[in-house]
Amino acid sequence: MIRAGGPSPSPRGRRAGPIRLPRRAPSSTPTRAKTEEKASADASSRTGADAEVQFEAVIGIETHVQLNCRTKAFCRCAAVYGDEPNTHCCPTCMGYPGTYPVLSEAVVRKAVQLGLGLNARVRRRSKFDRKQYFYPDLPKGYQISQFDEPIAEGGYIDVVIPVEDGGGVRRIGITRAHVEEDAGKLTHYPAKGDTPGYALADYNRAGVALVEIVSEPDMRTGREVAAYGAELRRLVRYLDVGDGNLSEGSMRCDVNVSVRPVGREAFGTKVEVKNMNSFNAMSRAIDFEIDRQTALIRAGKGDEIVQETRTWDEGRQCTVSMRKKEGLADYRYFPEPDLPPLVFDEAFVEKCASAMPELPGAIRARYADLGLPPADVQVLVEDKELVEYFDAALAAGAPAKQCANWLTGDVMAWLKNAKDVAVSSMPLSATQLAEFCTLIEDGVISGKIGKDILPDLLEGKEGNKSVGDIVEERGLKQISDPKEIEAIVDRVLEANPGQLEQYRGGKDKLKGFFVGAVLRESGGRANPALSNEILMRKLNEGR
Amino acid sequence: MNAGKLSDVRFAHWKKKSQETRIFGAWKKFSARDVRRCCDATACQTNLSVIRKVGLDIREGRTTAQDVTRAYLAKIRQTDEKVGSFITTQADNAIAQAISIDEKICRGEDPGILTGVAFAIKDNICSSDSFTTAGSRLLEVHQSPHDSLVVSAIKAEGGIILGKTNLDEFGMGSTTENSAFGVTSNPWDMRRIPGGSSGGSASAVALKQCAAALGSDTGGSIRQPASFCGVVGLKPTYGLLSRHGLVAYASSFDTIGPVTTSVEDSAIVLTALCSRHNQLDSTLHHTNSSRFHDHLKNLEHFASKPLSGYRFAIIKETIGLGVQHDVVQRVLEAATKIERLGAAVDFVSCPTFHLGLPAYYILALSEASSNLSRYDCIRLGGKTSRDEGFGAEVKRRILMGSFALSAGHSDAYYERAQEVQRMVEAELACKLQEYDAFILPAAPSPAYLKSEKMNDPLAMYSGDMMTVNVNLSGLPAIVVRGGHVENDGTLLPVGLQIVGRPFRERALLEIAHAYELCTWDEIKF
Repeated sequence: MIRAGGPSPSPRGRRAGPIRLPRRAPSSTPTRAKTEEKASADASSRTGADAEVQFEAVIGIETHVQLNCRTKAFCRCAAVYGDEPNTHCCPTCMGYPGTYPVLSEAVVRKAVQLGLGLNARVRRRSKFDRKQYFYPDLPKGYQISQFDEPIAEGGYIDVVIPVEDGGGVRRIGITRAHVEEDAGKLTHYPAKGDTPGYALADYNRAGVALVEIVSEPDMRTGREVAAYGAELRRLVRYLDVGDGNLSEGSMRCDVNVSVRPVGREAFGTKVEVKNMNSFNAMSRAIDFEIDRQTALIRAGKGDEIVQETRTWDEGRQCTVSMRKKEGLADYRYFPEPDLPPLVFDEAFVEKCASAMPELPGAIRARYADLGLPPADVQVLVEDKELVEYFDAALAAGAPAKQCANWLTGDVMAWLKNAKDVAVSSMPLSATQLAEFCTLIEDGVISGKIGKDILPDLLEGKEGNKSVGDIVEERGLKQISDPKEIEAIVDRVLEANPGQLEQYRGGKDKLKGFFVGAVLRESGGRANPALSNEILMRKLNEGR
Repeated sequence: MNAGKLSDVRFAHWKKKSQETRIFGAWKKFSARDVRRCCDATACQTNLSVIRKVGLDIREGRTTAQDVTRAYLAKIRQTDEKVGSFITTQADNAIAQAISIDEKICRGEDPGILTGVAFAIKDNICSSDSFTTAGSRLLEVHQSPHDSLVVSAIKAEGGIILGKTNLDEFGMGSTTENSAFGVTSNPWDMRRIPGGSSGGSASAVALKQCAAALGSDTGGSIRQPASFCGVVGLKPTYGLLSRHGLVAYASSFDTIGPVTTSVEDSAIVLTALCSRHNQLDSTLHHTNSSRFHDHLKNLEHFASKPLSGYRFAIIKETIGLGVQHDVVQRVLEAATKIERLGAAVDFVSCPTFHLGLPAYYILALSEASSNLSRYDCIRLGGKTSRDEGFGAEVKRRILMGSFALSAGHSDAYYERAQEVQRMVEAELACKLQEYDAFILPAAPSPAYLKSEKMNDPLAMYSGDMMTVNVNLSGLPAIVVRGGHVENDGTLLPVGLQIVGRPFRERALLEIAHAYELCTWDEIKF
């Protein structure tokens, strides 16, 4: 919930216009919100202008995920992004008379997998319906969709809340997921001087398969929305059912935001926000919209919140009204007579399920069991290839924590610098990384030496050679023999009589100088703990 | 696009109403008797198949595909100005096709089971070498980029396409009066309508302007005109033939079927149409393609009681109120003949029968309102607005269909109609477990006068009561000649409708064939 003018409002909160308010802790559940609100029940029944009333946002998301099938959903046209306009069209997807849709099997398979990935119930019988509206981007005058028998319903995903928002996991309900076809793309050119405005239509996208995923109104903040979107995209990418690219529109989120006094059952007037190109933008857009609506209610102008679609203006960092919804559109849904119902037998669903990879949720649980810190887990799970790489390293015997640490730290940093290098094509093989980490874990080489040789390994300068051999060749093995270290320490003390005298005279600060000198003398190979211990003993001998 | 380039003849003269009487005067000379003679000339008593005869004559060198085609084209030129079966003819294409068939014959190749058969195609079935208007001003210059599956099947089996026939706009009508390209006349009486919506195909076949034709049947559009024009019309089971290339009216009920002069021809055409499969219609039911005509015997090979063992049912509701007395008489006479051929005929009652008509109109119009929403007048050429492009009947149906689907009404109309559809289907299916086929009229009356029902759409709709239940249930049905009635001194044909079990076209055709051959002497026209 949002505290609108609580006991210690933020300074900005007092100003008129859009206000930024402290977010509620993500850990508080709706149940808790309810009990909290009982106390101020009478407050909530009064008008929204009451400064003491606390508000909460109710947010649900409809996400359109373009499936990455080779063809469109109902014809054989290629489904590709960014080609010359109207080059992937045929009589069927252009809605020519005498053409009929034929459903692609790949679409069904991917939709079922997505449904299973959302922990939803995949209906053994679902059907297609026509959603009818006239619009130039819709060649047939109706969209083939699923109305009352979606392919999957009643699921959830567990969303990891960023640490800076309090961390933890929130379960977001999934109402349904259904298959439908995409519309064409219109580009509008406004009037200029005497030239009237016009629009160009590109039907390359018309008929491309979509899965629309409808969430329960379980989210309360912009960051939760962003975290949900990111998790959904992760799922889509892991399942390889889509590329989840927000800026290319292969994943599009329409976010429904309403604000209500905490404790009230009924939802406020919902506003749809769309056109957000990143999860970051989504988070900001939703927070802006929540603030906008809350401020309106607080100013007693709640009736200015109308059912409408607002678009996120990235440049001005605000939402802008796009179109008002006048009444409820009547889509005149009815069963698509050109397509028979979809009926799955158990074997088909099982086949789809068995072809699914391990999903982020399961991987997170597995890594947590290995004792990896949550931050490392999040970084690893972000990228399917990274997970595969890490798992390969684990299989090669890598110590988990050590390996996760190096992988998410130095290796990722190197990858970030060396653009165009994918994890899978990195010269450092998972086996090498595993050996590398084992050598450090076992104290054969020091972390310092590790940092030194890692760039060479990453750049593939040593080829497929074993890391042990490289260490051996270069003589980089850590010196853990006390006698050898003693000799090194002795040499250092002998070489620096002046400093030794000063130290023994009480100048403790010089300890660091000797530590450094010993490390240098050993070529960085001296076991730090051991050499420290011996050095201290020798230094203090004559005190 | 220049219309003249693509078609050799486009009959714009239909718009001139003044010609009507003159045409009628000329037509008097070419009366029903001539049609009869025409029929006799091409069919012998034991084998009524025109297709078989043409194919044989060409293969055995008695004639050529080119000569046959030219003869039909000449017939069209000679008669069509008066009757108006065709919207577009494609003489050059037809001759070219005929030449290529003759060349194949010369090379010793078999052009296929439709060798040299001249076809007329209903103009809501796409063909790439001609316009496909669906009878609508809106698609006046629409040329389909592809052949429909049925057209490519005909071409592949050696058939020749003469042109595209007139129809009620988008198949919406029962008279062929609702076409943007003029009214077609009934060859038996020029004052009368040929039925519809496949009126052009039926009149073309009746007049021998072609050897066979394709029609489409959504609520009786093949069977009713076949009855009115005295030809054979087959509506196959929904899902037997691909609808690919058929301009959609009501997707759940649309079927393509042959209109021919004999049952055997119907079987041959159906075999050809089934010979190709593609994946372009998801409602296609995959059956093993069979050669329907192989099972049909010649008259001399018939047993004395060829229908013995078959059980037929007459639905009481189809011979009661609202059906003309003469029509009922013909059906009852047909029943007697069928009994004489060894079959048992019972009367059964189907209480849901009368519920079918309103349910059909709600479902069909709902789907139509959706199917026609693609005509946005931006693509496909033609008119600049739907208002200009669509005819009155189409507009009426779009409005009614949209209303039936709209929020707050769809449960009272669309959903209840669906429920009725299930009831009708269940009842007919149940009866068909006991009976091999139903016999019933194809229409409650013979062909009626033009304009008679133009201003009374409900009267026109109710004329479909004999056919729509078959579409609601997806069953196969064939209309054969059942006799004729005399009206003001003119003979008018009356068809007999036989409804069979789903996907049992073979049995249906065998029954119809036996009936046709064994009653030819009595009915012969």
